[in-house]
Amino acid sequence: MTTQDLWEETYGAVTVNKVRSGLTMLGIVIGIASVIALIAVGQGSQASVQANINSLGANLIMIMPGASRSFGTTVRGAAGSSETLTPDDANAIAAQVANVAAVAQEVQGRYQVVYGANNTNTTVLGTTPAYEQVRNVSVADGNWFTGADVTDSNLVAVIGPTVLQDLFAPNANASATPAMAIGQTIKVNGQLFTVIGVTVSKGGSGFNNQDDMIYVPLSAAQHYLLGSTSYLTEVDVEASTQQAMTQVQNDITNLLLERHGITDPTQADFNILNQASIVSAASSVTGTFTTLLAAIAAISLLVGGIGIMNMMLTTVTERTREIGLRKAIGAKKQDITLQFLAESVVLTFGGGVVGVVIGWLAATAISAVTGITTIISVPYILLAFCVSAGIGILFGYYPARRAAGLNPIEALRYE
Amino acid sequence: MSDSGHYHFMKEIIECNGITKTYGAGDTAVTVLKEVTFSVKEGEFVAIMGPSGSGKSTLMHILGALDTPTSGEYLLDGSDVSRLSDDELAEIRRDKVGFVFQAFNLLPRTSVLRNVALPLVYANMPKEERERIAEKALDDAAFPRAFWSYHSNQISGGMMQRVAIARSLVNDPTLILADEPTGNLDSKTGEIVLHTFQTLNMQQGKTIVLITHEADIAAHAGRIIHIRDGTIVSDEKNRHRTMARGEREFSENGRPLSL
Ligand SMILES: Nc1ncnc2c1ncn2[C@@H]1O[C@H](COP(=O)(O)OP(=O)(O)OP(=O)(O)O)[C@@H](O)[C@H]1O
Ligand SMILES: [Mg+2]
Repeated sequence: MTTQDLWEETYGAVTVNKVRSGLTMLGIVIGIASVIALIAVGQGSQASVQANINSLGANLIMIMPGASRSFGTTVRGAAGSSETLTPDDANAIAAQVANVAAVAQEVQGRYQVVYGANNTNTTVLGTTPAYEQVRNVSVADGNWFTGADVTDSNLVAVIGPTVLQDLFAPNANASATPAMAIGQTIKVNGQLFTVIGVTVSKGGSGFNNQDDMIYVPLSAAQHYLLGSTSYLTEVDVEASTQQAMTQVQNDITNLLLERHGITDPTQADFNILNQASIVSAASSVTGTFTTLLAAIAAISLLVGGIGIMNMMLTTVTERTREIGLRKAIGAKKQDITLQFLAESVVLTFGGGVVGVVIGWLAATAISAVTGITTIISVPYILLAFCVSAGIGILFGYYPARRAAGLNPIEALRYE
Repeated sequence: MSDSGHYHFMKEIIECNGITKTYGAGDTAVTVLKEVTFSVKEGEFVAIMGPSGSGKSTLMHILGALDTPTSGEYLLDGSDVSRLSDDELAEIRRDKVGFVFQAFNLLPRTSVLRNVALPLVYANMPKEERERIAEKALDDAAFPRAFWSYHSNQISGGMMQRVAIARSLVNDPTLILADEPTGNLDSKTGEIVLHTFQTLNMQQGKTIVLITHEADIAAHAGRIIHIRDGTIVSDEKNRHRTMARGEREFSENGRPLSL
């Protein structure tokens, strides 16, 4: 039997009962579509988590107070709550550790912020000018504050786009423009600050949303908001190169242990994190999530495959006489096997193609409606095609062998 | 190769030596064919007659390499096919045998032409060549050209039987086996079909084995073998052979008769 003949036979057989073929395909369509859509969601969230983390800044090392341990019992305060990090620590890091590009000192708190009749509750971050570089924020309009602003404890503020919207156009459908805000004074915890800049949106969500923040000079925050504390809630360090990350992290750890008079590294009163470790932790979470989604989709594929097998077994029974005739006029086992395998593969592959299209549309719809990023990757589409054809072979094989094994005499007699 | 008296057209197409077929085993075993021995030469038209259950179809299946005997030897066109595997038997059927079944056994929702060409699909013949041969076979089986593209379930029983005959011719078989080919047809249509067989036998020298339980059908053959309870009871030349009338003889004023 030539390939063309095989194709013609298969086409004829599949189109004879279009409704039944369509319903059988539907199982595979749903299976493949859900695989494609769910993997797109999984991969999309994985990528957006990574993008979020990367947008924190390049070659970033974060140092937070806390996790001091004593006398064998672990007393771990909430990150940032302990008072162990000082501006002197930050200065020492900048001065003594090699390959450090910049160091930003930070204090933060949540406050009620008021402009006219509008108000919002948001994070106010007191920091040094280096923050702009270390955490990769940029000013869309206006200016970032300067070293002089920090020295003089000037009451100036740079606001994120979310804060801009909340304070300057809370009800309007139109978005607030930076021009509406720059030069205006906002009241933070009862203290007046002049807005000097608006940051570029990072589109971030979830933890530490940098769009929903107000940045003020470190000293201004310390004096006017926090009540003149000299402890920091975080120190961010930018290493000069990716390769230097490990060395910088180790050197900072040793320096701080020495400065805090701690000999046992397990007793450290600070936490040190780098971007890479956050990325890998987050991607292992999202990876598990993706695997779980894929597993659910795989189950629906399995059900679709069983549907194919069921239909093929029915077809073989219905066409027993035809099979008997084909064998009587010279078809070999292999000819019959191929004919039925081709039928089931055409059904599953057809279902796969339709499923990929629907899955793609579904993923696009999911991003449009929920805003979740979805990623359709070509390898997964190819994989879906292979899987659907594979299901055809796997679940079509038994019915096909059964057809090929029929005794022609008995098959011809079959009523 | 100077065995006088055996010309090439006189060679043995069928040689059965003590063929026995037993179904089942132990207490329930039924022996359907018992030591059947006979032979058929090229160009013969043989009728195998016998009452229902005598083993005619069973014998035909063995002759057509659809089945193998439990014991005994069967040579088809000089080669032993009694101990071949399923696929080897399929190859023999494809190359040497043309079957005409009582129940026609055409593929539904498939054109007449494609039905006839089907055996050649399994011989890997290209489509154009296949269709050319199928068209010739349809002409030989006196199938009206106007119906070539009809689906096999859109034509009458008489026409279906002609399609089945055309299909049996398409692989240029050494042997044509017909099991009750007129069983489902009225007597006039049956006669036209028999005429087709006689024409194929006499004009093209095809070897034909026809199975029937009706004496007046068997009378069209050149030789009649009687079988009863799986044993040959008589095997003789038919001295008063009936010649069937073809379609033209049935028609009035030369107008073809619609089947
Ligand atoms: N697969 C089988 N298993 C058991 N017995 C069988 C089988 N096939 C046929 N037989 C028996 O063999 C006997 C002969 O059957 P066969 O079909 O050859 O008869 P036949 O001469 O063709 O009859 P008919 O004229 O009715 O077609 C019958 O008794 C039948 O029951
Ligand atoms: Mg019979």
